[in-house]
Amino acid sequence: MDNAFYDRSCKMSELVTAHATLVMILRRMGIAMGFGNKSIDEVCRQYGVDTNFFLLISHIYTHDGYVPSREQILSTDMSQLVDYLRASHRYYVETRLPHIKSHLGAIASQLPERMATVFMRFFDDYMREVCEHFEHEEQNVYPHVEALQRGERDTRYSIDTFIDSHGNLEDKLADLLQIIFKYLPENLVGDDLVDVVYDILQVSHDLNKHSLIEEKILVPYVKHLELTTR
Amino acid sequence: MKTRVLIIEPSKVIVAGLMSLLHDQMRFKLMTPLSSLDTLTERLITDQPDVVIINPTLCASPSQLHLPAATATVALVYQYVEPAVLRHYDATIDIRDSQPTIIETIAEAASSQHAEQRSSNNYDLTKRETMVLVKVAMGLTNKEIADQLNVSVHTVMSHRKNIMSKTGIKSVAGLTVYAMLNNLIDENTVI
Repeated sequence: MDNAFYDRSCKMSELVTAHATLVMILRRMGIAMGFGNKSIDEVCRQYGVDTNFFLLISHIYTHDGYVPSREQILSTDMSQLVDYLRASHRYYVETRLPHIKSHLGAIASQLPERMATVFMRFFDDYMREVCEHFEHEEQNVYPHVEALQRGERDTRYSIDTFIDSHGNLEDKLADLLQIIFKYLPENLVGDDLVDVVYDILQVSHDLNKHSLIEEKILVPYVKHLELTTR
Repeated sequence: MKTRVLIIEPSKVIVAGLMSLLHDQMRFKLMTPLSSLDTLTERLITDQPDVVIINPTLCASPSQLHLPAATATVALVYQYVEPAVLRHYDATIDIRDSQPTIIETIAEAASSQHAEQRSSNNYDLTKRETMVLVKVAMGLTNKEIADQLNVSVHTVMSHRKNIMSKTGIKSVAGLTVYAMLNNLIDENTVI
């Protein structure tokens, strides 16, 4: 299976052509498009991104069910991991979810008022839940990781707490899709319905990859740091 | 959302009169009227009327019009029509009715038909499941629901499992939206 993975000498454009969803991770790592025929390694160096780290995250996206080995994780420079996760959070909270909300607003404007209110409240509550989930990580988990990376061990928090409490953010989006597919009135007009379905599918997929990165990369990495830092 | 109204009536005078009564009503969107049933099939597709106002002498029964189930039928009467015929319609307006009566009758026919369509479209939830769903949407716990319905918590859980598999919706928040869209609860019920 490993030979299906792209390596550092492949052209970045080939990787992104085969897996267009990677444009999102490029953006989060600060890599601009317009890379011509440069290799993955050349592009990563140009933007100061560790190439192994880039490939590790890419492989989560390009291979469903991929779980990197402990050796791979421990041999990879993870200094940019927390920044990457924070950038993903910003993308959901500042860009994608408000965008979905504006489509839903256009749909709700065609519903009777009381239905529109409940419909929009569902998504507002969801957005609040997502924000709280992210805030918890940014205020508790990520500072813990960064402290460990500096060689400081804060025994008040342990990554085990994170594993136990890490909630799922995709289920409510799946519910929203069911509601849109099955239960909205049939006489709604406009492109918002189709647009919002695509947007929800895209953000669900990305959220799924985001939690995989946290659970399959961040957690084993931090567990290792907790054991080796004192 | 405006109620889309299609008038089917041969007399131009009657059509013009009815149109002028409904014209400045913001809640109605008037489709170009038809004088016969000839092009009705096409117009049902393009106009998607919520209400069809029709002279009952044009057809023996509105079922012949093959309207979508959610479309309300209003008989437009200006001569004697047998009550047995009128019973097939959701409502009747007489041209001698006052303007407010006519408007109210049309609006009511549209909304009741819509509500009926929705509630009968309750996607195969049994009565008991619907009761449980409403209580779930109200934010009650399994224990509270079991106490109110005089059943065991286990039974409530099994109802909830069926509700989830039939609707495809897993969260309480999502089920609340479902219940509202299907007119099973009103906004005062929602906490």
